Amino acid sequence: VVDVEDTALLLDVLRERGLTGAKRSCDLQVCGTCTVLLDGLPVSACCLLAADAAGRVVETVEGLAAVPANRLYAEIFTRRNVFQCGFCAPGFLVTLHAAMRNGALRDRDDIVREFGGNLCRCTGYRAIVDAVAEIAGLPAGQGQEGEQR
Amino acid sequence: MTTAATDRRSAVGRPLPRADSEVKLTGAARFLADLDAPGAVHARLLRSTEAHARIVSIDATAARSVPGVVDVVTAADLKDFDATWGHHVRDRPILADGVVRFAGEIVAAVLAETQAQAEAAASLVEVDYERLPAVVDVADAMAPAAVRVHDQEPRPGFACPPGTTLRGGNDFFHHRIGFGDAVVAPDEVVTVDREYRFPALYQFAMEPHAVIADWHRDGSVHVLSSCQHPFLVRAELAAIFDIPTERVRVEVPFVGGGFGSKSYSKLEPVAVALARRAGRPVRLIGRVEDAMVTTRRHGMRCRMRTTARRDGRLVARSAEIWMDTGAYADNGPTVTTVAAMAAVGPYRWHSVDIDAACVYTHLPPAGSYRGFGGAHLQWIGESQVDELAGMLGLDGLRMRRANLLRRGERFLPGMRPVDADLPGDLEALAGALRWGEDRGRWQGVGLSVGLTPAGVSADSRARVELDGLGRVSVHVGSQEIGQGARSVHRQIAADVLQLPVERVTVAATDTAHTPYDRSTGASRSTTVAGLAVMRAAQALRDTVIARVAGLVGVPVDALEYRAGRIVHDDRGWELPDLGPACGEGSAHELAAGATPPALFWEVCMGGAKVTVDPRTGRVDVDRVVTVADVGRAINPDLVERQDEGCVMQAVGNAFFEELKFDENGVLLNDSLLGYRVPALSDLPGAMRCLIVENEDGPGPFGARGCGEGAFGGLLGALVCAVVDAGVPVTALPMTPDRVWRAIAGRS
Repeated sequence: VVDVEDTALLLDVLRERGLTGAKRSCDLQVCGTCTVLLDGLPVSACCLLAADAAGRVVETVEGLAAVPANRLYAEIFTRRNVFQCGFCAPGFLVTLHAAMRNGALRDRDDIVREFGGNLCRCTGYRAIVDAVAEIAGLPAGQGQEGEQR
Repeated sequence: MTTAATDRRSAVGRPLPRADSEVKLTGAARFLADLDAPGAVHARLLRSTEAHARIVSIDATAARSVPGVVDVVTAADLKDFDATWGHHVRDRPILADGVVRFAGEIVAAVLAETQAQAEAAASLVEVDYERLPAVVDVADAMAPAAVRVHDQEPRPGFACPPGTTLRGGNDFFHHRIGFGDAVVAPDEVVTVDREYRFPALYQFAMEPHAVIADWHRDGSVHVLSSCQHPFLVRAELAAIFDIPTERVRVEVPFVGGGFGSKSYSKLEPVAVALARRAGRPVRLIGRVEDAMVTTRRHGMRCRMRTTARRDGRLVARSAEIWMDTGAYADNGPTVTTVAAMAAVGPYRWHSVDIDAACVYTHLPPAGSYRGFGGAHLQWIGESQVDELAGMLGLDGLRMRRANLLRRGERFLPGMRPVDADLPGDLEALAGALRWGEDRGRWQGVGLSVGLTPAGVSADSRARVELDGLGRVSVHVGSQEIGQGARSVHRQIAADVLQLPVERVTVAATDTAHTPYDRSTGASRSTTVAGLAVMRAAQALRDTVIARVAGLVGVPVDALEYRAGRIVHDDRGWELPDLGPACGEGSAHELAAGATPPALFWEVCMGGAKVTVDPRTGRVDVDRVVTVADVGRAINPDLVERQDEGCVMQAVGNAFFEELKFDENGVLLNDSLLGYRVPALSDLPGAMRCLIVENEDGPGPFGARGCGEGAFGGLLGALVCAVVDAGVPVTALPMTPDRVWRAIAGRS
C-alpha cells in the first residue's frame, strides 16, 4: 500500500518508485507508451489517477517480465528485430500480455484492433504485426511481403 | 555474392538480433527521463502565447510564492554572458529578450524542488505582451514590404560552413543551382509549370527532448541529453558559455527516437543556463507540447517548371523554392541546400535553374527531419515528369529510363558523380511493383526516383578495445537512436575480429572518453562512423598480431589471424592472453572523393499502388515498394526496419500529418489528439523493401547509408499514384477533403 496525493497520476507514482518501464509521451492516452494493466486490462497510466487504482491489481512491464509466457514473447520480438528505439516497446509488450490472456488475437484484424492504442514511430508496424501473429499462432504473410522467417 | 557473406562465421550481412532488444523489452533500458539526478531542481518552461510581440512585463511574484519554488529565471537574469545560440546562425536568445518571435518561444523558466511545484508556479507567471504584426505565411514573409523577423544582420554560428553567405531580410540564405543553356525552339517542347505547397510537420520522436545539466563550481559543465549530435552540443555549449570545449562533458543514454528532431542543440542551452544560475543540477524533461514547438519540418511553397522534347527527352528545369524556417534558423540553411539539390532530379538536363530561399517567419523554428529536401521536392519533380509523359503519350517508366543518370555521370556541377546503379534500381522497382499491370478506375500506380547528398562529413573516429578477459568494446560517437547503430557497429567489429557478436559491446557516448564523431544524421552511422569502427578494429587486430610477432620473433606475415586466435605453425595465442590492447581508426579517407555534404549519394526510390474513393476522397495504399540501395546490408533486418519506418512516416506526410497554425501564428493542433501520426490501421496493404547490394558504397564492406531516401522516394510515388488515379495534386497532405475537392472541381 502506498500513500498518494489525490491528484497524483498512476504513471508518476510508478515512475517515482523506480518502475520506469512505463514511459511518458503524449500525456493524452493516444500513444500507449505508458500502458499498464489494471485488473488485467490495458490502461494509459498517464491519464489515470493513482487513487483510482486503490485496491486493484496494477501490472507493469517489469512485473510481466517475470511471467513465464514473457520469455516466448521476448524471444520472438528479439529474433525478428521488431523494435528500434524501444521507447514504445514496454507498452506493446504489456498490451500483448492482456490480449493473449484474453484470447483476443484470433486473426490479423484483431492485432490491428488490440494494438490500435499503441503508437510506434520507428518501425513501420509490419514487423510488430508479424511477431504478434507468430506469438498468437496466426498464419504468416497475408499480403505482408518481406516475410522471410 | 563472393564476399564474406559465404563465410559462416561472418557477422556482416546477417539479420542478427539487435544488441539492445532485451533491455528495451524488459523496461530496463534507461532513457533520459528514467535517470536519477540527485539534488536536482526541476525546471518548467513558460512559453509565449504570442507569435510576435513586445514583452511589456513579466510578473513572477505569485509564482515565487509557491512552496518549493527556487527561482523564476528570465532574460534579465542572463545578462552576464552572450545568452544567444544557433549553430548555423547565432540568431536565438536562450530566453526571449524583450520580444518574442513565435508562439511557443521560451520566455521564462521556473525552478522548483518538484516537477509539480514547477508546473503549478509556471501557470502563475504573468506576462504582458504588446502584440506586433506577424508573418505566418512564407509568401507574406517574401513580400517586398514584409515585417522583418530579425532586424539585425545575421551572425554566423559556430558551425556555419566557411564561405556561407548570410544576408539581412527574411530570406537570409539562398542556395542556387544553375548550369547549362537550353536552346530549344518552343514548338519542339512541352512544359509543365505549377505552384505547390508542402506542410509543416512534427517529427514526433516518442521521447520528447530532455536534459539534465550541471554547472560545477570549477566552471565545468556536465550534461546528460537525449540528443543526436553530442559533440556538436558540446561545441555549442562551449561557444555560448565561453569555456574550453574540454570543460564540457555530454553523455547520451538510450534515445527514444530522433528523426532529426534531436540534431544539434535544442533544450541544452537553456538547461545549462539554468544550472549555471541555480548552482544545482537542473532536470528539464520536455513534454510533447514542448517538442511540437521546439523543432519541426519546414513548410514550403514552390513553383517548378519542367520542359521536355516531344520525343521524351528532358530539357530544362527551373524552380523557385521558399522554405519556411520559422523564427530562428536552426538547420534551415542545410535543409534549403538539400532541397535545392533534390529539386534538380537525377536526369540529364540541358539546363537547370534553382533558387531555394531559407525564409524567416513568426512560426516555431524548423530544422531537420528524416529525408529533408528530398521529401520536399521529389514529389513535385516526379509528378511533373509524369505529367509531361502524359502530355506526350509516353509511359512514365520509359520516360525515366530514357533520362536517368548512369553511374559516373555528373548530377550536380562540382559534386561527386553518381555512385549507384540508378537504372538497375529502377528496373528492380518496376518489377516489384508489377508496373504495366492493368488497373481499375480510381486506381493508380506511381514510382519516383531521386538522389540526395548524404554523409556530410568524414569526421568520425572510433576506438576498439580488448580487455584482459578477451572482451572487445567499441567506442564510437554515433548515437543509438533506434536505427541500430550500435548493432551495426558491433557486427562490423565482430566481423573484422572474427569473433561472435556476443563478445563485442558498443558503449554509450560520453564525450569525455568517446572518440569524436560529428553527428548522427545524414545516413552516416553505417557508412562513415562504421568505417571508423572497421579501421579501428583492423588496427586492434594488427596490434595483437604485432604483439605475438614480437613475442615469437617472427615477421607479422608469418602469423595468421583466425577467429580471434593468432596462429604460428602449431602454436596459437588467444585474445584474452593478448589484452589489454586498443586500436584507433577514422573515416578520414572518405574526405577524398567527397563533395560535402555529399560523401555519397543516397538513392531515393519508391513505388506505390493506391485506390481512391471518389465519394469520400479517401485514399487506400494498396502496395508500397522501397529500394534500399545500400551497397552492402550489414544487417538486412535493420535495413528493412529503417525503410518500413520511413514508409509509415511518408504515409503520414502524404495523407494527413500537418501542423496547423491560426492567422496569429498559434499552433492549433498542439497535441497528438489534433496531430495524428500513423497507427497500425494505416499500414499499407502490402509492403516490400528491395535491398540492393552492389557493394559500391564508400563505407565498410561497400556499404552505403539508408533509411532516409525512402522518404522522398515513397512520398513521390504516393503522389504520382494518386495523380495516376485521376486526382491532380499540388498540395500535401492529400487529405480526404482535399482529394474530394480536387475530384469535384474537375467533374
